[in-house]
Amino acid sequence: MIEQILTPWRWQNLFTEWPLLLRAFLTTLEAAVLALILALILGVIFGLMSSSHHRLPRAIARVYVEFFQNTPLMIQLFFVFFALPYAGINLPSFTCGVLCVGVYTGAYISEVVRAGIGSIPRGQFEAAYSQGFTYLQTMTLIILPQTVKIILPPLVNQCVNLIKNTSVLAMIAGGDLMYVANNWATNGNASYGPAYLICGILYFCLCFPLSTWARRYEEKLKRQDIKTPDEVLETEAMA
Amino acid sequence: MIEYLTGLFTPTILLYLLRGFAITLRVAAIAIVLSIIFGAILGLVRSYAPKPLRMLAGAYIEWFRNTPNLLWVMVCFIAAPLPSDWARCTMAYVLFTSAMMAEIVRGGLNSIPKGQFEAAYSQGFTMVGTLWHIILPQCFKHIVPTMLSQIITVVKDTSFMAQVAVAELLFRTKNLMSIFYNVVGRQITAMDVFLLFGFAMLLYFAVNFTLSCIVRYLQKRDSSGVAVR
Repeated sequence: MIEQILTPWRWQNLFTEWPLLLRAFLTTLEAAVLALILALILGVIFGLMSSSHHRLPRAIARVYVEFFQNTPLMIQLFFVFFALPYAGINLPSFTCGVLCVGVYTGAYISEVVRAGIGSIPRGQFEAAYSQGFTYLQTMTLIILPQTVKIILPPLVNQCVNLIKNTSVLAMIAGGDLMYVANNWATNGNASYGPAYLICGILYFCLCFPLSTWARRYEEKLKRQDIKTPDEVLETEAMA
Repeated sequence: MIEYLTGLFTPTILLYLLRGFAITLRVAAIAIVLSIIFGAILGLVRSYAPKPLRMLAGAYIEWFRNTPNLLWVMVCFIAAPLPSDWARCTMAYVLFTSAMMAEIVRGGLNSIPKGQFEAAYSQGFTMVGTLWHIILPQCFKHIVPTMLSQIITVVKDTSFMAQVAVAELLFRTKNLMSIFYNVVGRQITAMDVFLLFGFAMLLYFAVNFTLSCIVRYLQKRDSSGVAVR
């Protein structure tokens, strides 16, 4: 591995094919953005459902969260990609990847949203209702805007996880960064050293700024003594 | 229906899948224990060691935390100096999860007031004694929930090994689809595929759901005033 990384001609080989790497990088980005949009939509919907007063939506959200958080993303992906065709449903690998990563991360985001809503004092709901706001107005105008500030750090952390998880596209030939690096590593000249290093650096460049920002922001919130959603979840579990 | 199920989940198939699950659990267990140890050391070094060491630990943590676990499975599978396939993969999980655990431990250490150190030193504790007897027990109690969700992640991530053909649960489930005719003696149907995947999901779910229930139970017992070590 190390001596491969120190061999110049392997790097030269790799860089002559830079359009390939660029396209793979863009595929990863595209998958991440699309999956994030899906995850945010699902996360808010199920987060709202699990904060509901009615038992049914709460139960549905619970099942969604527990199922997707407690089974591997990989098996969900393999199910959609390898098992669904038996039932006549054939999806292209990129769509499969985006769908699975999005739905999987949606379960985590829904928990973040739930904790965020839980951190808003009950009185705010009552105050809004007493002023004639409907449920939807209360949520979109009063509650959710307040939660945004405190749920940003865990949300961004989930986004980092999502970017890392898009690498599962490699398993179903999704043409993403991990897939191309792996192909490069295992093709004829076996230059896995440079290929994996470049792949790691590119993922790092995507994730490091996000996770660093999230940590700094969270520390800032802590200094202002604002409860983070993680702490809310903990106190909830203890109650 | 019962006949169909017993025809599909024959002892051969069940044993085949459960043996795969045993590999899953073994890799996860070893990786979890080692990465909690290394993670605790890394977290302590990052928080309290002299500056050069602190930066080194920081670089390690950030590098592994911000790259996919799957990448490390592939890298270690090719390059790690260990004899068996599953051991090389375990090394990948240890490398990656140590960084995650270190970050969790650091979060726990941050929550402990500085005064605790001063109090311990004034009572004649050494640095190591303070960490071992005073700081770490409080820290671990505080971070159990976060750590447990990381442990669940490790159990789930063991399925990455399917990519490098280690015969763990997911690999065997998928493999059954191609060897089905030879094992069961008929063509595979959609129902068979769904049930096989459902069974594998159930196994993963059982372990992970139990883990998340344990932590909720522990927290409840904690707050109701019963002493927990």
